[in-house]
Amino acid sequence: MATYAAPIPQVHAHHAEHEAAGWTSWITTTDHKRIGIMYMVLTFVFFCLGGTEALMIRLQLGAPNNTLVTPETYNQLFTMHGTTMIFLFVVPMMAGLANYFLPLMIGARDMAYPRLNALSFWLLLAGGIVFYASIFWSPPEAGWTSYPPLSSALYSPSGGQDAWIYLVHLTGISSIVGAINFYATVANMRARGMSWGRLPLFIWAMLTYSVLIIFAMPVIAAAVTMLLTDRHFGTHFFDQAEGGSPLLWQNLFWFFGHPEVYIMVLPGFGIVSEILPVFARKPIFGYKAIAASTVAIAFLGFLTWAHHMFTTPIPEAILVFVMLSSFLIAIPTGVKMLNWIATLWRGTIEFKTPLLFCVGFIALFLIGGISGVFLAIFPVDWQLNETYFVVAHIHFVLVGGAVFPIFAAIYYWFPKITGRMLGERLGKVSFWLMFWGVLVTFLIQHVIGMDGMPRRVYEYDNVGNLALYNQISTVGSFILAAGVIATIINVWRSLKVGAIAGPDPWKANTLEWFTASPPPVNNFDVVPLVRSAEPMKDIRREIERHSTNTADAAGVPTGATQAGV
Amino acid sequence: MIPSILAFFTPESGGSPNANEIDSLYKITLVIALLIFFAVEGGLAYALIKFRKRKGAVAAQIHGNTRLEVGWTAAAAVILVGLAVLTFTKLSSIQDPPNSGPGGAVLGEQNNLLYASSERKLPPDGKALNIQVIGKQYIWQFVYPGANEPDGLGAPYSYEEMVVPTDTTVSLNIVSEDVVHSWWIPELGGKFQAVPGYHNYTWFKISKPGIYRGQCAFLCGRGHARMIATVKAVPPAQFETWLAHQKQEIAKANAEAANARTKLNSQTGAAQVENP
Repeated sequence: MATYAAPIPQVHAHHAEHEAAGWTSWITTTDHKRIGIMYMVLTFVFFCLGGTEALMIRLQLGAPNNTLVTPETYNQLFTMHGTTMIFLFVVPMMAGLANYFLPLMIGARDMAYPRLNALSFWLLLAGGIVFYASIFWSPPEAGWTSYPPLSSALYSPSGGQDAWIYLVHLTGISSIVGAINFYATVANMRARGMSWGRLPLFIWAMLTYSVLIIFAMPVIAAAVTMLLTDRHFGTHFFDQAEGGSPLLWQNLFWFFGHPEVYIMVLPGFGIVSEILPVFARKPIFGYKAIAASTVAIAFLGFLTWAHHMFTTPIPEAILVFVMLSSFLIAIPTGVKMLNWIATLWRGTIEFKTPLLFCVGFIALFLIGGISGVFLAIFPVDWQLNETYFVVAHIHFVLVGGAVFPIFAAIYYWFPKITGRMLGERLGKVSFWLMFWGVLVTFLIQHVIGMDGMPRRVYEYDNVGNLALYNQISTVGSFILAAGVIATIINVWRSLKVGAIAGPDPWKANTLEWFTASPPPVNNFDVVPLVRSAEPMKDIRREIERHSTNTADAAGVPTGATQAGV
Repeated sequence: MIPSILAFFTPESGGSPNANEIDSLYKITLVIALLIFFAVEGGLAYALIKFRKRKGAVAAQIHGNTRLEVGWTAAAAVILVGLAVLTFTKLSSIQDPPNSGPGGAVLGEQNNLLYASSERKLPPDGKALNIQVIGKQYIWQFVYPGANEPDGLGAPYSYEEMVVPTDTTVSLNIVSEDVVHSWWIPELGGKFQAVPGYHNYTWFKISKPGIYRGQCAFLCGRGHARMIATVKAVPPAQFETWLAHQKQEIAKANAEAANARTKLNSQTGAAQVENP
């Protein structure tokens, strides 16, 4: 694979403990890397489940007045799909990536609270089991937004709704515990010399993700607890007949729900900000602007929740305020987009799969960002809200803004996690299938929505070209699925036969590439002094200088342990 | 050709002035959005082609450019201020109902069709046909003014199909009897949620007779997809006839139901069968 300017100096450990093996070592582990792997595998399983549900939704809508699934099943499918993708895939997948890479990127040997870290994972698994167990009885069917009164005991008497509530509780606690852990780790365990201005941008993103979770998750936890007591213990928080208010739920839900969008996409922004410079061979353009706009987006994200409520009875002053605050959030987001393009500008771009997924992210997320401006203009939102236009918008935002960066991360970091490269050719096949899959599936949905088709309907009449448009969208969803399968095959193959990666196959910029692939249990034997935002670039430069000045490169600093500790 | 292509990318409109105004606000936004879209995607594509790795090419080691970054931040802000100003100028024509036209239905005390309230937006002359829109699983009910009893009983109503006079400003008071629904007829303007315990208001004014279709736009349960609504616009005279007929039919049905109840009571002697 990669060739090196100098042979890798080796540090031998003589009295290291043997690494625990066997399945018990996985369930008892507190190693952030193992926990990270478990997070990533588990959340990817949920991604496949949520994706299967999406395909069933698209099959049902593939023909007008289709009777493939019953209305009941259809409502269950989209409820499971949305809930799974948000609570069991994107948010915890970002936590999984951070679990593995956050300590490595800041030069730490583990997370600040390793046992809490394990707790986070097991709570996530518990939440997933509680939620998916409901498919053996009666799954929830009030949508991932679960608005009362529809989600109340009167209109949704089934236990599936309670399973949904417990899922939010369990994954919420998991996320909060994880977020506190990330924050404490970054605040206290950075390598010597890694000041806030030298923090990798992925770490900035995860820090912001953590703060958002700490502020937003307790609100949804409170809301679902109120829903639970309304359902079973005779309270009336959301019951207008007894002095409660259904709008209270909408406010609480979206106070969490809007920041949740940024919880899902900001880590994606961070991943892209790490990968683009590596393959453009250029420093990130405007490090400070990107870090600052991450924080600005997070702050503004708490002021815009009522733009999900433009069609409810609310005062006009709020409509105007929320439109303006939503506009405001477009500014830092737009700044980031331009910074990423400027990072590519005048670089020497290597079209490896991780870069392709990042470019796909920019291209697709831009569409979601622009359609978001339409939805922020509240009179226009009155037409577009709750239609397939919104479905298209959220999928460009989330597939573009979170799924594509996650796939970029898989291709970029797989060599570090396993020591083997993923196949480039299959990776490119996967990218192009997913990219065109997203465009074919979701572009046409803007039109479907504007033609008057609301979301969450199990059937529609063939008015105008609705049947044709929906068929196009259904075909697209299967192209997208084929792209995902290509990556699954790629991972499966590379685990056994992938090319050996070596510690730094991409000639990257951050500290996780300083150690062996896969990293030893203690991560680093030596943690280098950090002198810029791109410590590995400094180290490589130093190696080059040493190897040109003196033929002997023994003095090169490295923490890479090849002894298989 | 061009209007039909543009119509492909725009919301439904053409039934009522507010829908048309939303449509024109949307179209202006669309033009600005497309300019930004092509500029950014074009810049991205250009960078990818021009700066791909080639023999001998060296990446410029640039860390940023403050002037450029401040510049594009300001440019983004200016575009958004422009959009905000545009929205404010369009706002009153979308939100405020106009007077009924000369060919509209006669609204006044004599036929009980006048509605006045301080809560909702009314036309400048204060006259609008008020219809209460009630959402319930899974049907829309439309209650017209014209109660013949002081407690509001006896008002004519219809289900699923709302019949309205042309050229008349119709003001809707949207409520729900059970869960959250959302009122939406795409060609007649935006959607408004029916939330239990709250009133939501909107309006429309139809100039062309015809049928305008829509359906509930907020998930309300298993029958959500079948909760349809149509608005049928007819000339005012025809509307008056329909309304009178509707009122008569309802009175007749009520009388029959009352008869049946009395009969049932006398047969069983049970008083527990209450007025439903």
